[in-house]
Amino acid sequence: MKRLWFFASLMLVAVMLLAACKPAAPTATDVPAAPAATDVPAAPAATDVPAPAEFIFGMLLVGPYNDHGYSQAHYEGGLYVEENLPGAKMIYIDKVNSADRPGTTPAQLAEDLVSKGAKLIIFNSDDMKDSAVEFAQAHPDVATIHASGDTSWKDGMNYVDMPLFGNSFGRMEYGKMIAGCAAALTTKSGQVGYLGPLINDETRRLASSAFLGAKYCFENYAGKSAADLKFKVTWIGFWFNIPGFTSDPTQVADDFLNSGYDVVISGIDTTEGLVQAGKAKAAGKDAWAVPYDYVAACEEGKDVCLGVPYFNWGPVYLKQAQAVKDGAFASYFEWLAPDWTDINNKDTSPVGFQKGAALSAEAATSLDAFIAELAGGLNLWTGPLNLQDGSAYLADGEVGTDVQVWYLPQLLEGMEGQSVSAQ
Amino acid sequence: MLNKTSPVYKFGFQILAIVGALIFTTVVMLLAKAPPLEAYRLIVIGSVGSVGKISDVIVAWIPLLLATSGLLLTFAAGLWNIGIEGQITLGAIFTTLALRLLQDSALSPALIIIIGFLSGILGGMIWASLTGLLKIYGGVNEIFGGLGLNFVATALTIWLIFGPWKRPGVGSMSGTVPFDNLLWLPQVEGLRMSWWSLGIGLIGIVVVFLILQGTYFGLRLKAVGKNGRAAFIIGIPTGKYMMSAFFICGAFAGLAGATQVLAVYHRLIPSISSGYGFLGLMVAMLINYQALWAAPVALFFAALNIGSIQLPIVLKLDSTLSGVLQGALVLFVLMMDGVRRRLTAKKVN
Repeated sequence: MKRLWFFASLMLVAVMLLAACKPAAPTATDVPAAPAATDVPAAPAATDVPAPAEFIFGMLLVGPYNDHGYSQAHYEGGLYVEENLPGAKMIYIDKVNSADRPGTTPAQLAEDLVSKGAKLIIFNSDDMKDSAVEFAQAHPDVATIHASGDTSWKDGMNYVDMPLFGNSFGRMEYGKMIAGCAAALTTKSGQVGYLGPLINDETRRLASSAFLGAKYCFENYAGKSAADLKFKVTWIGFWFNIPGFTSDPTQVADDFLNSGYDVVISGIDTTEGLVQAGKAKAAGKDAWAVPYDYVAACEEGKDVCLGVPYFNWGPVYLKQAQAVKDGAFASYFEWLAPDWTDINNKDTSPVGFQKGAALSAEAATSLDAFIAELAGGLNLWTGPLNLQDGSAYLADGEVGTDVQVWYLPQLLEGMEGQSVSAQ
Repeated sequence: MLNKTSPVYKFGFQILAIVGALIFTTVVMLLAKAPPLEAYRLIVIGSVGSVGKISDVIVAWIPLLLATSGLLLTFAAGLWNIGIEGQITLGAIFTTLALRLLQDSALSPALIIIIGFLSGILGGMIWASLTGLLKIYGGVNEIFGGLGLNFVATALTIWLIFGPWKRPGVGSMSGTVPFDNLLWLPQVEGLRMSWWSLGIGLIGIVVVFLILQGTYFGLRLKAVGKNGRAAFIIGIPTGKYMMSAFFICGAFAGLAGATQVLAVYHRLIPSISSGYGFLGLMVAMLINYQALWAAPVALFFAALNIGSIQLPIVLKLDSTLSGVLQGALVLFVLMMDGVRRRLTAKKVN
């Protein structure tokens, strides 16, 4: 009986607790009306105000917003837009991939951003191609950008006609050439390893660009014979390590460093190449590395970092956000070269190369000269160039067109490594 | 006076559990310096704030409900079918296989979709039967067998996506090439939900309810679950009944996988099961294995999943917070149930 009373009072406490929590409920129940009432009019209301009209843009990031790699480069590009476009406000969802956000699709998440008032949606990853197109077709009135894609490229192989759909990408080929050059100027063994992600058009042409830059600088600045340069690509299978499926990038980097390769250029989104080179150096070996994607990537291994080719999305997205705000946005495809007057100008250059602390002063001078040559019009995608299997790719003096370069079918002659993923 | 075995008494404990879970989640949010009321508000808006949102919740609800339905049967037989994730995955793989083989054939899309569903069911059943065989004839506990087979299913999916079924020239985490629109389960105009899959989900739970409440089979299954030895002694072939539970649960899981392919993703993706199997286990535990409650509680969990997407957008909070609430609910309900049983037992003593 005593116990019964104890429980009766416990129930009472519970009821009171519930009542105490009740204030939460009314707010919550009031709300369903609110989204329609407050969320949506918020934008028009803001436009009435003389202050800069609020302009919301949304971004879907494939990785964490602070990954020190590809996604962070985008995220900071978004912050740049916020700083430079009056009234601009970024909303974003990161880790947009089926492993991190089970049960959702990027198209569905994009709609969430639109319901929060976004007037422009940016899909940042190649992996979101289907969803970006699906979303744009279902929402032809919302400006959509898919970074790295080719869907809105009329000359491309995957063109889809959509009124407000754009593709932006930097010509990272130049960044990779500079990376390759830095590697060739530094290597003592004449062996450069390239830590590749998965094999596709983009990764083939970027690995090949690094090779072209390395070859050119090995001959023209280091004064050695291109025949003495070994350039090997090992693909891990994806943009980052997925235990059990991809090759372990740590292992691949170690294999390079233990078999005479003293520079590892990274083509993947994470920094294993840099980290392992740091360990090898600590163990007394010659070891250097070139990371990828993000301007501050060298910080994880300053003493071995030769520099980093990186994306600077800020000015790219600022231009498009401005166009959307002005009502001038239309379907476009852009593949943007660095600003050759200063490739590290954060207001103008979509692609840059930040030199690392491990690059010698002498190499840095040569690298600057190489960059000046590129700026002056040097195009390493000029024949004679053969594909890896020896078949002709560009005839003597022939300059590769954008289509030829974008859709490079194999690695180039002189490179070791797989050209096409196994059937 | 309140009787300790009365439903009211039991209900009181459940309310206490819910309050406990809410308080726990609120404390977690406060520790993370997040505004709890705003977070709850966002979850509500994010799940029922518009027709589109409600439709998305239903899209997530159906495979969860199917998984839960299947699990109610294995739980009834006293089995912990952790391997349900793999069974959903195999269902999706078999459906994808069927669609790939038939998509260029002369068969009508409707027929191909039906074959896709049947293949998915078959895939789930095959995978579940492996766990069952290991358990009944190999003496391998179904938890370990199922867990192992889950890993194999994931590896198989990734191998297919990056290997034999990869897109032309390139493997991609976004999955295999999407199927033609004709092979999608018809959707409601402008929304992602499909009346067909909704129908399948609802029929599924009704069937399970009827099996458990109204059939001799269900009764014997429960006998096996309550006391396998006793059931065996009174002449129930327990192995056969456990195997049947695995088969039927596998069929439901396979159906969930088929729904993911035919109605949601329209292709095979790396984590095609979306964790609905594990979530289904939580739902089943939360409702104390009562089929009647499966639909509403699964709906609530689906709403939490969809609604919580607002948290990273607006509050820059991780959306796994909904998982904290879901987990806390299950833990508190189990805990309160334990407390109640203990107190009741004492009284009897």
